Amino acid sequence: MKVRLEHLTKRFPNRNKKIKTEVTAVSDFTFEIPDGKLIGLLGPSGCGKSTVLNLICGLEKPTEGRIFFGDDDVTDLPPENRGVGLVFQNYALYPHLTARQNILFPLQNLKGEARPDKARMLEMVEEAAKLVQISELLDRKPSEMSGGQQQRVAIARALVKRPRVLLLDEPLSNLDARLRIQTREEIRRIQRETGITTVFVTHDQEEAMSISDMIVVMKAGILQQIGQPQDVYNRPDNLFVAKFLGTPPINVFEGKVKGGVLTIGEDEIMKVADTADRDVWVGVRPEGFILRENGPLCCKLIGVEVMGRDVSVVASHPACATESLRAIISAETQVDGAAHEVRFELQPRKLFLFDRETEERVPYRAL
Amino acid sequence: MKQSNFKAWLYLLPAILFLGVFMVYPLIDVFIYSFEEGYNSASQTVFGVGWYNYSYVLHDPYFLRAVKNTLILVVITVPLSTGIALLISVGLNSIKPLKELYQTVFFLPYVTNTLAVGLVFMILFKKTAYTDGMVNLLINWFGGESVDFIDGPYWAKMFVMCFYTIWVVMPFKILILTSALASVDETYYNAARVDGTGKWRIFTRITLPMISPMIFYLVITGFIGAFKAYSDEVALFGVNLNAAGMNTIVGYVYDMLYGDSGGYPSYASAAALILFAIVLTITCVNLLVTRKGIRA
Repeated sequence: MKVRLEHLTKRFPNRNKKIKTEVTAVSDFTFEIPDGKLIGLLGPSGCGKSTVLNLICGLEKPTEGRIFFGDDDVTDLPPENRGVGLVFQNYALYPHLTARQNILFPLQNLKGEARPDKARMLEMVEEAAKLVQISELLDRKPSEMSGGQQQRVAIARALVKRPRVLLLDEPLSNLDARLRIQTREEIRRIQRETGITTVFVTHDQEEAMSISDMIVVMKAGILQQIGQPQDVYNRPDNLFVAKFLGTPPINVFEGKVKGGVLTIGEDEIMKVADTADRDVWVGVRPEGFILRENGPLCCKLIGVEVMGRDVSVVASHPACATESLRAIISAETQVDGAAHEVRFELQPRKLFLFDRETEERVPYRAL
Repeated sequence: MKQSNFKAWLYLLPAILFLGVFMVYPLIDVFIYSFEEGYNSASQTVFGVGWYNYSYVLHDPYFLRAVKNTLILVVITVPLSTGIALLISVGLNSIKPLKELYQTVFFLPYVTNTLAVGLVFMILFKKTAYTDGMVNLLINWFGGESVDFIDGPYWAKMFVMCFYTIWVVMPFKILILTSALASVDETYYNAARVDGTGKWRIFTRITLPMISPMIFYLVITGFIGAFKAYSDEVALFGVNLNAAGMNTIVGYVYDMLYGDSGGYPSYASAAALILFAIVLTITCVNLLVTRKGIRA
């Protein structure tokens, strides 16, 4: 099921009743989710991503704009008539019911024609449980299950009614690190097997990048960029997106383009073409640094961290926007930890220029 | 180890002292009196030891009437007051405007003096040769005949007594239930809404189980409180409850000690212990049912 959002806006009245101004949680959102894809809705806390999810599932009514599932306009439909399954951040499993009763619950709500007979309902529960691999846990109460198992029950409960769209609100945030990686692959597998269009909300960019077909980056209720994870990573539209994606984060320097030459602080980095003279932010991905004895970027070495597969070099530079910068180089390269100075060459593919004022990406051609 | 034990006992001393002198010692004393025939507190003499006091009390028509009154009161007021309180709490929880005002209004009886309320009820329900209370005026208006609720037929007096008791115990129950309802996590309701759960089903399958511990608490304390009813009856019918035929078990105990027919601590002790046995049994049954209910 294709999901289309058109100029979706949600404004909340201010919590402090004396202040008449409204808070805009989502502002003029327009995008389309292709059928059967897994979409990651990504942004820092409080950016309105959960509001977008609530708008799609119908728990909130949009102030403006429309929502379409396929060709149906569902904007005015209540949640139960939209055919959505929602998995909550804290799972919201009913504590007094067993896993089986929890998964059965949405089916028992069905009325008339849509209501299957009892045997069929139990069969559907078994099928859903099998899909999320909890068949042997069906008679347990939520309190007798681990976080990961509860998560699976919650997904089974959302899936048992065969929803047109599956929505997951921060599905992994209550799990520990190892379980998180396992579960996100599980979500990916379940989504592939069922082919249900799925939207999930997260503030963890790694999570979103690793399993999504498409990611949607938001900031303060405003859509920043949509695209395939790798595309967004390689071609961020603005400084915010560049900073938000990638671990370790991108390194940002104050720089300047003048007469076709890019300089960071005092260091002349490279010749650039097709861009006007201006002040810029220079963003360099950690993997964009190459250690060179005569490289143009001269940094003060702070330390070297060896982490098996690769080495990260921590250094500082006077023009760097943060106190230290971090470069990742392959473990074969020898770094003299005792040296005071390191010099880098920067890969143009991993180096982005952003306008100092607007923070939009400035296209350029390296020479 | 020794040192800290000593300290612990020292901290506990005030409580142990007070509980011991004013609770445990009198309890044991009451237990002993109940088996001593014709105990006289002035001369400290007894005729003999045995079950005579229990036998007397259990054959005393005044006591049997008190037991009957108390049981009727318990059976009617506990379920009704809990049920109505639940309805009002659910209502309070689902309205937005004037919520605070209504909460205050419903809580007022709790901070009002029992005797003052009793007086108001007497005025509402009274019927004399010259004037009728408001309730009787209403009955007349609907074409009925005036009923003397305070000094008339048994069922009318019982009705007023139950009405009054329910009205008095409700504020506390509403207070407990509204806070229990407010503490149910909103996401359960959201989850239920997304799954298309009907309102009644949300109430019976989600809300009720979630607040069931509080309901059980209210039922148990409600039973205990209703069995101990006495002051409310005095407020309505005056001190001579036996004459009004509206005595309760606690009232009987009081009469045996201090009433006009009083001065029999042995009978009073026996009656008190019978009440204790009844309350203990009911509470144990309640707890057993509760535990089963929560597990299921």
